[in-house]
Amino acid sequence: MFDNILIWFVVIPVIMMIGLGICRNKNIDAIRAVMVVGSTALLALSIVLCLVFLALRKGGDTSEMLFMGSWMWYAPLNIHLAVGVDGISVLMLLLSAIIVFAGTFASWKIDPLPKNFFLWFCLLSTGVFGFFISIDMFTMFMFYEVALIPMYLLIGVWGTGRKEYSAMKLTLMLMGGSAFLMLGLLGIYWHSTPEGMEKTWNILEIAQYANIEHGWQNFLFCLTFVGFGVLGAMFPFHTWSPDGHASAPTAVSMLHAGVLMKLGGYGCFRIAIYLLPQAANELAWIFIILTGISIVYGAFSACVQTDLKYINAYSSVSHCGMVLFALLMLNTTAMTGGILQMLSHGLMTALFFALIGMIYGRTHTRDVRQMGGLMRIMPYLAVCYMIAGFASLGLPGLSGFVAEMTIFFGSFQDSDIFHRIFVIAATTAIVITAVYILRVVGKLLLGPVQDDHHLKLTDASWFERLATVSLIVCIAGIGLFPNWINETIQESFAPIVNAIQGAATPGI
Amino acid sequence: MGVTLPILILSIPLFMFLLLGLGGVKMSRKAAGICGITGMGTTMVLAYIVACTYYFSGDIAFIIDGIRQQYQVFDVTWLAFTEKLVVNIGFLLDPISALMLIVITTISFMVHLYSWGYMEHEPGFQRYYAFLSLFSFSMLGLVVATNIFQMYIFWELVGVSSYLLIGFFYKLPSAVSASKKAFIVTRFADLGFLIGILVLSFYTDTFNFVTMTDNPFEVLAQTHGATFMGASVLTWAMVLIFVGGMGKSAMMPLHIWLPDAMEGPTPVSALIHAATMVVAGVYLVARMFPVYCVVDTALTFVAIVGAITAFYAAVVACTQIDIKRVLAFSTISQIAFMMTSLACSRMGLVPEGHHEAYSGLGYMAGMFHLFTHAMFKALLFLGAGALIHAVHSNDYTKMGGLRKYMPITHWTFLIGCLAIAGIWPFAGFFSKDEMLAAMFNQHWFYGAWMTMVAGLTAFYMFRLYYRIFWWEENAEYQHHKPHDGPWQMSLPLLILAAISCVAGWIPFGEFVTWNGQEYHIHIEAPVAATSLIVAVLAIALATLMYAKKNPWPTRVKNMVPGLWEAAHRRFYWDEIYQFITHKIIFGMISKGIAWFDRHVIDATMDGFAKITQRTSVAIKGMQSGSTQAYVIWYFVGALLVAAITWICLI
Repeated sequence: MFDNILIWFVVIPVIMMIGLGICRNKNIDAIRAVMVVGSTALLALSIVLCLVFLALRKGGDTSEMLFMGSWMWYAPLNIHLAVGVDGISVLMLLLSAIIVFAGTFASWKIDPLPKNFFLWFCLLSTGVFGFFISIDMFTMFMFYEVALIPMYLLIGVWGTGRKEYSAMKLTLMLMGGSAFLMLGLLGIYWHSTPEGMEKTWNILEIAQYANIEHGWQNFLFCLTFVGFGVLGAMFPFHTWSPDGHASAPTAVSMLHAGVLMKLGGYGCFRIAIYLLPQAANELAWIFIILTGISIVYGAFSACVQTDLKYINAYSSVSHCGMVLFALLMLNTTAMTGGILQMLSHGLMTALFFALIGMIYGRTHTRDVRQMGGLMRIMPYLAVCYMIAGFASLGLPGLSGFVAEMTIFFGSFQDSDIFHRIFVIAATTAIVITAVYILRVVGKLLLGPVQDDHHLKLTDASWFERLATVSLIVCIAGIGLFPNWINETIQESFAPIVNAIQGAATPGI
Repeated sequence: MGVTLPILILSIPLFMFLLLGLGGVKMSRKAAGICGITGMGTTMVLAYIVACTYYFSGDIAFIIDGIRQQYQVFDVTWLAFTEKLVVNIGFLLDPISALMLIVITTISFMVHLYSWGYMEHEPGFQRYYAFLSLFSFSMLGLVVATNIFQMYIFWELVGVSSYLLIGFFYKLPSAVSASKKAFIVTRFADLGFLIGILVLSFYTDTFNFVTMTDNPFEVLAQTHGATFMGASVLTWAMVLIFVGGMGKSAMMPLHIWLPDAMEGPTPVSALIHAATMVVAGVYLVARMFPVYCVVDTALTFVAIVGAITAFYAAVVACTQIDIKRVLAFSTISQIAFMMTSLACSRMGLVPEGHHEAYSGLGYMAGMFHLFTHAMFKALLFLGAGALIHAVHSNDYTKMGGLRKYMPITHWTFLIGCLAIAGIWPFAGFFSKDEMLAAMFNQHWFYGAWMTMVAGLTAFYMFRLYYRIFWWEENAEYQHHKPHDGPWQMSLPLLILAAISCVAGWIPFGEFVTWNGQEYHIHIEAPVAATSLIVAVLAIALATLMYAKKNPWPTRVKNMVPGLWEAAHRRFYWDEIYQFITHKIIFGMISKGIAWFDRHVIDATMDGFAKITQRTSVAIKGMQSGSTQAYVIWYFVGALLVAAITWICLI
């Protein structure tokens, strides 16, 4: 079992938790050492996985998933711990590893109870990594829940502001989503195979059988899409996001916006669209309307917020809306754009939340009206914030541009008037994004200093620089050389798009 | 031609940006300045070599049978959307890109040199040079683009470098808001550009200019079939693409950012907001010209927007007192001239009764004016910079009588004014004459209208000139003698003045035409005479009114106070925009949505929570712990079950 590289993505966080458990509470250096070694190991592992994966693909291995492995877990219900990755999951694992790595450094001085904080943090990572490697729906759902629940404590204990309320709201809303999801997954399981055969949870097998009848597909599609959509901050199930992010501590915001929200998008195409392609073709329009609203609505809401975290939370609603919007276009280019947007948004928002945490740690306020001229006081952080802002508003050379353009050009392939109108409405987001980003940049970083106390503040320390640089390098990397990622994603979408097109013209 | 030189042309400025941007903090000012200037100097030399090779070598790749060819030096895949829609990054050499290479590198080098003197005492000197290099890189990338998407990429990058440079003095709130405004207004226009590209590329299935414009009539014929709201899809696409150009080139009604952009350092205004970036819109129309020719409606739109803008900006320029704003409005007006000229160049679609030889004249003339305008407008802006440097004010009422104190600035500024007014034998005369000839040929109305604008141009430029250098000497000069700038500032002025004197004599038609064939320039005597007379009369009027201090300007102003005030306030465009953005978009839409989110959607979610809580409070009384209550509930339950069973059985 342990000869499979993917298992290690779950094993390493578990080892980290054991390591942390051994550390004494006061021994902050040992705790940090465990975290740094562990997160570096995860990062290295994901890079190795990525390289090996690309090498295998180049070597002509065209099977849908690589590094497959399956171990029986609970025979009566045919539940396996089944793992396997395609290009998209590899990139998601890489993204998660980068954000865990950066998050470790961003919460270098977490207080109080650092040991417990990192324990929950590792548990959350276990869930995230486990989710992305699974191809068995049940274990996937289990890891999904493992990732959600630590969030309650992380926000409730280490958060700021109305943290109990926010933690409760976030957890309950996401749990509500999970309830839909569970129903949907059970439905898929019961209809997975033709009459008389053993039912299966395995995604690849279900896709192969394509046994779910039309009426059931529509019902299950709504359940699963809404279930995952709640985590993907789809309108009108997004309101956990602003409060949750505003109260969460820095690293948790980073991980949550950076990776956890991607679980939603990932689930949407891996389960809802891939396994229920007929329903996807038929019902996509409903969710295109909702996500289209998300995009514009989130962007407009962000324009008038005054709390930095609220601005970014609403901006996430807009950007994550773009992810689901693209996935619903059901063609390779747009869906590729959706995945690129996931990566881009993950890195960019993680950077944003890291920087907001760093600024908040110094000024003790997140209200843009009470700050100003930070460029003069902490030029390093200010420049990083500006880069994050430019990535968000889609400056060429950074990741946001590549993702958005792929989405727009892909979505424009659908030539009926309904899609056209929504694509054009979605493109207006690039202007509104520019408005709220530049508004914040102008107020926060430029102009005169608002508060004389701020003049004494210091610029970034080494661990903060490490956290931000690692994210910026990735953002610029995707922005400057997008094609290899683009190709990797495109070929991973081939089976999914085939399934969709096969379903669109029944009988062939 | 090898790929080395073109790659170097793009990579040297980029490298300088990274070097100065990342390492600038640790560099001395002198080192940073020298890095920037040598980098740009090298780029300029390389660009000259490439352009001269293109124009003069006679290589079969560049010219076949006297027809100049489009040549892609390299073109590498950057991002493949689909099999056909592939974004490349490449380097296209053709008459207009070679011309732009020369214009950009020349002006950029002059500005680099000039800034060394001008910005000497400013903090953030290294950052300034880093941004200048970034801008030069982006602009060069824009003009050598092989495909429309590459152009869009660099289009956005010049936008952001413009943002960074306008907001260079970031401690001033006015600079911050001006930079923000510039970015957002152009971003709004770029939205049009983007949608235009979406539509166009959907129908042509390519981004590449050469493929797209090779045979526009056949390739695009099918596009004409599809219509949307009464116009063909292609018309919509081209109009939307032009909207992008309107934003960058400050055409009405998207012009409002340019006057505010003058908050940036003056050399930046010379480089970006006069000579290079703002003509990107003209360049875009020229680049897409073969496609525009297929859609007459779009070209008419361009011509009308150009004509209105040119007049509007000229009128406003007559009433401004900030010297940089006068120049800014003058820039808007001149760019509109180029746009109209381009639009008045119907190749292959010569209107009846007009001479065949005129087809393509407007294109050539527009590009010619782009070239000469870049030179003399950069000269005027740099001259204005020298004045501001000496007097420490942008306001011409603080100036007057400066000709004695600043002779170099005075003479070079005068040359610039004569050139822009279109006086023989300065550069502007030749290009303006060709443009007017093309416009008269399209329709007499365009010609007459634009001749009037040319007269206004001469008037406001000489109004400015006299108010700065003549009028009445400012008493403060006795204490603080203003003087010309250091050599780094004077040298670019002299060079640009020299170019403005002789550039008109360049046989431009040999180098740049729409189809690569040579076009023989011939001065159109009646047109030239009319425009010259109009210009001279306007200058004479300006001389009468402004050469010496006299009450006439005030009297004229008081004759039409309403008009003057409206023109002075730029016909209230800023107020209109302010109203739309602040009151409607921010105040109503954004605030409304944010309110809706908190008080409707979020309140619903909270409502569920409250209902759950209340329900649980309401029913928790049942768990009272008293046995009697439980017995009663038991009987009630048992009775209900019995009743239901009974009903069902019957």
